[in-house]
Amino acid sequence: MQVTGAQAVMRSLEELGVEVVFGYPGGAILPAYDPLIEADLTHVLVRHEQGAVHAAEGYAHASGKVGVCIVTSGPAATNLVTGLCDALMDSVPVLAITGQVASTAIGSDAFQEADVLGITMPVTKHNELVTSVERIPGAIREAHHIASSGRPGPVLLDIPKDILNQSFEWAWPEHLDLPGYRPTVRGHGRQVRDAIDLVATAKRPVVYAGGGLVRADAGDELRELVDLLDLPVVTTLMARGIIPEDHPNALGMPGMHGHYVAIRALQEADLLVTLGARFDDRVTGDLAHFAPHAKVIHVDVDPAEIGKNRAVDVPIVGDAKVVVGQLVAVARDRGDEAVPDTAAWRDHLATVKADHPLRVQQPDTGIIKPQTAIRAVHAAFGDEAVYVAGVGQHQMWASQLVPWSRPRQWINSGGLGTMGFAVPAAIGAKVAVGRDVPVVAIDGDGCFQMTFQEIAAAVQHDIPVTFVVINNGVLGMVRQWQSLFYASRMSETTLPQAVPDLVLLAEAYGIPGFRAESVEELESVMAKAAAITDQPVIVDVRVDPDEMVFPMVPAGGSNDAVIESADEWMTMAIADVTEAATQRQRANREAGLGGADPSDDPPLIAGADTDDEFGSD
Amino acid sequence: MQTHTLSVLVENRPGVLARISGMFSRRSYNIHSLAVGPTDDERVSRLTIVVGTDPVHLEQVIKQLNKLVHVLKIIELDPTESVQMELQMVKVSADASQRADLFALAEVFGAEVVDVDADTVTIAIAGNTARLGRLAPLLEAYGIREMVRSGTVAIARGDRSITDGSRLRLQRVV
Ligand SMILES: Cc1ncc(C[n+]2csc(CCOP(=O)(O)OP(=O)(O)O)c2C)c(N)n1
Ligand SMILES: [Mg+2]
Repeated sequence: MQVTGAQAVMRSLEELGVEVVFGYPGGAILPAYDPLIEADLTHVLVRHEQGAVHAAEGYAHASGKVGVCIVTSGPAATNLVTGLCDALMDSVPVLAITGQVASTAIGSDAFQEADVLGITMPVTKHNELVTSVERIPGAIREAHHIASSGRPGPVLLDIPKDILNQSFEWAWPEHLDLPGYRPTVRGHGRQVRDAIDLVATAKRPVVYAGGGLVRADAGDELRELVDLLDLPVVTTLMARGIIPEDHPNALGMPGMHGHYVAIRALQEADLLVTLGARFDDRVTGDLAHFAPHAKVIHVDVDPAEIGKNRAVDVPIVGDAKVVVGQLVAVARDRGDEAVPDTAAWRDHLATVKADHPLRVQQPDTGIIKPQTAIRAVHAAFGDEAVYVAGVGQHQMWASQLVPWSRPRQWINSGGLGTMGFAVPAAIGAKVAVGRDVPVVAIDGDGCFQMTFQEIAAAVQHDIPVTFVVINNGVLGMVRQWQSLFYASRMSETTLPQAVPDLVLLAEAYGIPGFRAESVEELESVMAKAAAITDQPVIVDVRVDPDEMVFPMVPAGGSNDAVIESADEWMTMAIADVTEAATQRQRANREAGLGGADPSDDPPLIAGADTDDEFGSD
Repeated sequence: MQTHTLSVLVENRPGVLARISGMFSRRSYNIHSLAVGPTDDERVSRLTIVVGTDPVHLEQVIKQLNKLVHVLKIIELDPTESVQMELQMVKVSADASQRADLFALAEVFGAEVVDVDADTVTIAIAGNTARLGRLAPLLEAYGIREMVRSGTVAIARGDRSITDGSRLRLQRVV
């Protein structure tokens, strides 16, 4: 059968079982939008191409399937860059299809021509400029395979307009032609046994569980391993929910804003069972002081992650689901011999946990603490809901405070920290989970304003997401750094809480909007919002702008120095300032100078990098 | 910093060189030289990359290269167990009276005079970096007009070859 390239694109997507595409039309991709009308695909018309790729990510996060987006050339393709980079960092399977100017015009700076292959090379797992119409089905099949296998990631296909318009005899490729791409699936048997040997003799083992377990759908296997060997578990920002928070061995989240006990557990551990995690700087802090006593087992499907940041004792390359299954099998074979004696260790951790809870206070003044808002959201929407966060303080509080109960219940942008992720990603996630599962975006007021135009897509396509804005009227996370590291010199971090008026904004979109300004209103407002399941809803929660996220390990600092509260920080800061002033006076005296010069105050905290080597969140 | 010689087989596809050089610059790895050319299999190109890096980072370089979909195989060639060669051409100022000296010099080094002109002589020399390095200073006395080097190419000594036990077979998967 003769088909056009454009028809071949649609047909290939259908062959692969793709059901939804997020996109935005334009000149170069127009040929593909014509057969789309008949195709067995749902198209969600976003309002900005960044929304298309984040929605595809949200869809992939929630479903485990490849999220697909399709946009035109030039500015549309460049609008994808942030989302592709986000998907690369968080290993999200995404297939992006971009139109390109006619192949005869490539290189001539034609209208809406951009070097999309070059621009997206460093932000994709793989990309390809399709140079013949016959290549379309094979390119799409391979791209889909690369996106979803091994370490998942974004793959982009750039298809020139003339190639979309040419015709050829349709043929679906029987084979993948990828001689250089063969991800390892099974772990090496000896290494698996070595790993179990190490676990068996460990005194203070900890499972360091990362997002790779979620990608691999390895929740059940992890649970078996943890139960069989009675291992304490920390779950990274990308892995929240891979083991339920109420599991007796669950210690919460490690890292810069992690739970105290999770951070301590890694610092004191004599063995890290690292599963699908990558020793990210936001987890390790100063690498030289991270988990200093621990041997390391590292399971990852990407060999390049193993040994990248931390030397490893037992490396295991393979799919997390398969390898954790192998670990369980070997442990089970060995019976009691494989089970380490962790009773004392777990008792110790239980004490640390009890002694160091999150320090959350809700004063009676009525002003809503953001943490109270997060708890109210969870109380209203419950464990069934999927929660999608933006980037900032609200994200950290959500990750800390919601008692995660299952994988894929928590969706956020970890590696890239992309503000604006939540609104479109929540829309994509809702498309994936369907009518019966509520999807709640827990967004910041700053983040929300980066991509809220996508609410129009939610309204138009009847995608009932609840958008809860934790509205502190500030770029809270950045302001927190200004409070702590820049002597409270707040530079450009205020956003008027009432601009825009989010209830009026809801009205403008023709959807319900609610506002909670006091603790008294919070519960009823959330209940009202949760009762609406057939329409998008915006909830404006006005919260205390001054609240800061703790615990905190300052960027680049040692995880041995966890600051648990603002009070503790102030005490330290005052001590440091006093100490520095004393030293300066002494130095001045010795140099024969007068009193202290107030103009050259030292940074508030000695040892904390003001020039953060990793950049701000 | 140490240098390491990597021999890399890649699918012969447009953009593959950009992927490799992009990966190096993005991760701030240091390329000393890079030479690329076809092989006996038209679908496959072979690159020789000399990287300046310590052993820990070398492992990362190899792993990150391996992640590129079009990269088929990578081996590190130990200098003592491989033949490493580079081609260099040097054009020096030389009038008729200096030509004989330059011809003699070329002969001593096993180099070749590849072009002569009223005012210049161009000498080509192939060999390892040390050998190239010995000729250049002697030519400086004449005034070097321009020079060009090809970058190192390398091949294992003995009966071993990059295609041994290889994943190279461009077979179809799945
Ligand atoms: C696209 C982008 N720009 C800038 C930043 C830096 N940044 C990190 S958190 C943050 C503030 C977020 O403000 P808001 O959405 O109001 O969340 P809050 O921290 O107040 O909860 C900023 C500006 C970022 N992560 N992403
Ligand atoms: Mg805010």
